[in-house]
Amino acid sequence: MKKSIRGIGVGVAFGAMLVTAACSPPAKEADKPADGGVAAAAATSATEFGGLDKLVAAAKKEGTLNVIALPPDWANYGEIIKAFEAKYSIKVASASPDGSSQDEINAVKSLGSTTRAPDVMDMGGAVTVANTTLYAPYKVATWADIPDAQKEATGLWVNDYGGYMSIGYDSAKLPEITAFTDLMKPAFKNKVALNGDPTQANAALNGVEMASLASGGSADDISKGVDFFKALKQAGNFSKIQATSATVKSGNTPVVFDWDYLQLGHKADVPTWKVFVPPNAVLGGYYNQAINKAAPHPAAARLWEEFLYSDEGQNLWLKGGARPVRQDAMTKSGTIDAAAAAALPAVGGEPVFQTQDQVAAASKYLADNWAAAIK
Amino acid sequence: MTDTVAAADVLVGDQPSRAGRRLPLSWLGAVPFFAYVGVFLLLPTGIVVFEAFFTAAGQPTLENINALTTSVVIQAFIKSITLSLISALLGAALGAVLAYMIASGPPDGMTRRLWTAAAGVLAQFGGVTLAFAFLATAGPVGLITLAVNNLGGDLTGSWLTDLIGLIVVYTYFQIPLMVLVFLPALDGIRPQWREAAESLGGTGWQYWRHVAIPLLTAPFLGAVLLLFANAFAAYATAAALISQGGIIIPLQIRIAFTSETVAGQENVAKALALGMIIVVAIAMSLYAMMQRRSARWLR
Amino acid sequence: MAAMTTSPIRQAPGLRARKARRLRLIRWFLLLVFGLIFAVPLVAMIEFSTRSTDLTGPRTLEYWRQIVDYPDLISAIFASLELAAITAIGALVLLVPTMVWVRLRLPKLTRIVEFLCLLPLTIPAIVLVVGWAPIYLWINYFTPAQYQTSPLVLAFAYIVLVLPYMYRSLDAGLQAIDVPTLTEAARSLGAGWTTVMVRVITPNIASAVLNSSLLAVSLVLGEFTVASLLNYVNLQVAMNNLQQANAGVSIAVASAALLFVFILLIALSFVGRRRRSGGVVEPFPSGTGH
Repeated sequence: MKKSIRGIGVGVAFGAMLVTAACSPPAKEADKPADGGVAAAAATSATEFGGLDKLVAAAKKEGTLNVIALPPDWANYGEIIKAFEAKYSIKVASASPDGSSQDEINAVKSLGSTTRAPDVMDMGGAVTVANTTLYAPYKVATWADIPDAQKEATGLWVNDYGGYMSIGYDSAKLPEITAFTDLMKPAFKNKVALNGDPTQANAALNGVEMASLASGGSADDISKGVDFFKALKQAGNFSKIQATSATVKSGNTPVVFDWDYLQLGHKADVPTWKVFVPPNAVLGGYYNQAINKAAPHPAAARLWEEFLYSDEGQNLWLKGGARPVRQDAMTKSGTIDAAAAAALPAVGGEPVFQTQDQVAAASKYLADNWAAAIK
Repeated sequence: MTDTVAAADVLVGDQPSRAGRRLPLSWLGAVPFFAYVGVFLLLPTGIVVFEAFFTAAGQPTLENINALTTSVVIQAFIKSITLSLISALLGAALGAVLAYMIASGPPDGMTRRLWTAAAGVLAQFGGVTLAFAFLATAGPVGLITLAVNNLGGDLTGSWLTDLIGLIVVYTYFQIPLMVLVFLPALDGIRPQWREAAESLGGTGWQYWRHVAIPLLTAPFLGAVLLLFANAFAAYATAAALISQGGIIIPLQIRIAFTSETVAGQENVAKALALGMIIVVAIAMSLYAMMQRRSARWLR
Repeated sequence: MAAMTTSPIRQAPGLRARKARRLRLIRWFLLLVFGLIFAVPLVAMIEFSTRSTDLTGPRTLEYWRQIVDYPDLISAIFASLELAAITAIGALVLLVPTMVWVRLRLPKLTRIVEFLCLLPLTIPAIVLVVGWAPIYLWINYFTPAQYQTSPLVLAFAYIVLVLPYMYRSLDAGLQAIDVPTLTEAARSLGAGWTTVMVRVITPNIASAVLNSSLLAVSLVLGEFTVASLLNYVNLQVAMNNLQQANAGVSIAVASAALLFVFILLIALSFVGRRRRSGGVVEPFPSGTGH
């Protein structure tokens, strides 16, 4: 009798704790609004807040900005962060530089309204569209310059920069690549790597899609790409090592499928690094900015967005080899950094951009077939 | 003997000579441990197991459990168990030998201190650093690969990212862990026992068979179980080394949790975790069975 | 060692000496072989970290020198050291009294305690973190704002993570001594429970306590998954963040961290030994039928 009472008591206590733990603790008090304007967390544009100067003042008062998953050599983020810190004297705390887009969403969900939660996110297409309930709408000052197809109507998310999928390789160790099928040659044994697993990472999925385009597939059909990698694995040329700047520098992954702006970082490590984009297999992709609805530093978050979409921010991305979303508007108005624009890798063919539906279909195909293909 | 025990009873309990009533107070002694473990271990486990039966939207479902029956997942379970078993047995055998070598020296000697410290460092040496160290050793341009190729071999280093490579890398940190966990057991074997056995006329082999091995069996099996569970749940090293495909379960969990391209799979990861818990529970019951058998030797 | 002259020995003294020497040779040989096997990957790491920065020049310690240029790294190192100490001490305080108590009064709970202590191993950190996330939200809620970024709260999670290793080690140690007799002897002499735990039991399992502390320290210093998924910055997370920016420095830091922990553990081992020679009463060995 005693045992069962004790058992029931333990069970009830456990259940109560389970329910309590599953609920979040109460949120902290909201910020007081700036005089004459809306609170920073609710502002959907700088004008609504009371002007850019007020935004800068409020952001400086907050003093910190939390960013996540921004490696310093990814599209020149290192320089962008330093420039922002120098211009506004706001400290940027950069967490998990090698995180994936899903890691960013996981951090937002698990950190809730604590002071360590990410303020802003930079994510791939599929993840961005799947989590719009977590974002706060905001339209930057240069909103009108951005094409409609590259932003969400109320400002929940906006394209920021993009590039084309390419193949980078160390020309000192490998013969020059002139055609896509060169990768099947014996000289490339255990040397060809992707930037991640296609069932996990946006960059890798686009790598396989580019292979598909180069092997006769289309934006709707990623199966030819999976077949290519299957053949590559059977020839012994496909390497399962995660390609990072460390493995590129040490020579463990001398051939990498990656965004063209990331190949610039590899070139800094390995001077003989060359980039090859297969003709007629030009696959483009843009990443997206979003502001966390529960951001601990809402004014700093909005100021960061203003900075990124200003001419200065866009040109810094351009310097990193990425194509900023306002590139056309800035070229027309002459504010673009012409030298950096000219240094962009040449594109030989009509670029292809996958729609959300095509990405979803490709993801599903990969989830079902990738693991078996590269076993 | 019984007089001393009774006297001790009188002094120990707060209610002398009422043996039946001592039970409730005895439970109090275990409360801090159970409370802490309850909040920081059972509760998170409960949350995970509970949510394995719900979809991402909050609807109860068995879909996540069904995901465990796909051939990819079953293959991953088999590979995980193989990897853990082999690295645990290898690690335990080699580690026990190494531990014996260390324990048979002077207990305050420099050799013992050096090796114990080295074991402490290497047992938890994992993740990105270990993966990189092995890549630097046996990877495509590793020291050993280059040396062998210079001598005429043709290694590509691709074995490192297959199951066999994982076994080698895992054994590398299982051996020091075994040393750390098994040394106290070896220290418990007093040299007087060996001398007593010899003075009674026993050979070395008889000492081992009738005295040392029965005493060491239980700690050894316990250590094997620990090594198995350690390898089974190890994640950081494999994740750093292999980025393609989830050949073992923790990597499958990573894919389900952090996938950018297939969203909403977090609860499948929890179902996978439930599967892992079941496997280790089975291992533990096998261990309990084996231990009961070997306990016969001791009494 | 040779005081066997009064008892009938089966082997001639010369044969014994030769056997002893052969055993010593085997021991040194095996230790050397193991040492070489473990040293190889470490040598490879150090080799990478001493390469010249532009791949063409001679070997250099440039990467090592650059370590001090990263203040985030230095603060992460100190945070991890503090965490290691807190975790080891906290886990010992939690486990030793409980295990002794279970042996003495609640032997039926042994299996349950053992299962609970093995549970953290069966669930990968990546999944436990999901369960810890809401709990840590509550912990964060009660933490004053200026301490919110401190990774020391990870101690709660780390104590759970070290339980399996410490339990196994402490269990082996407790099994080797006669706990009931020791405690009854101490209690009958008038000792309180605290004295029994701290001054009677612990010195007798000093080897196990030290070993389990070493396990805890090395686990905490090498732990990456939980800290990174809960978004705190400890040593491994800081090193990993550096991996992308500057691989050479990252590997240099990793090598330095390993070396440092190694020296630290050797120093710790000297602390332990002094207490052991303090003349603690040894119980009768249980196997000789006294």
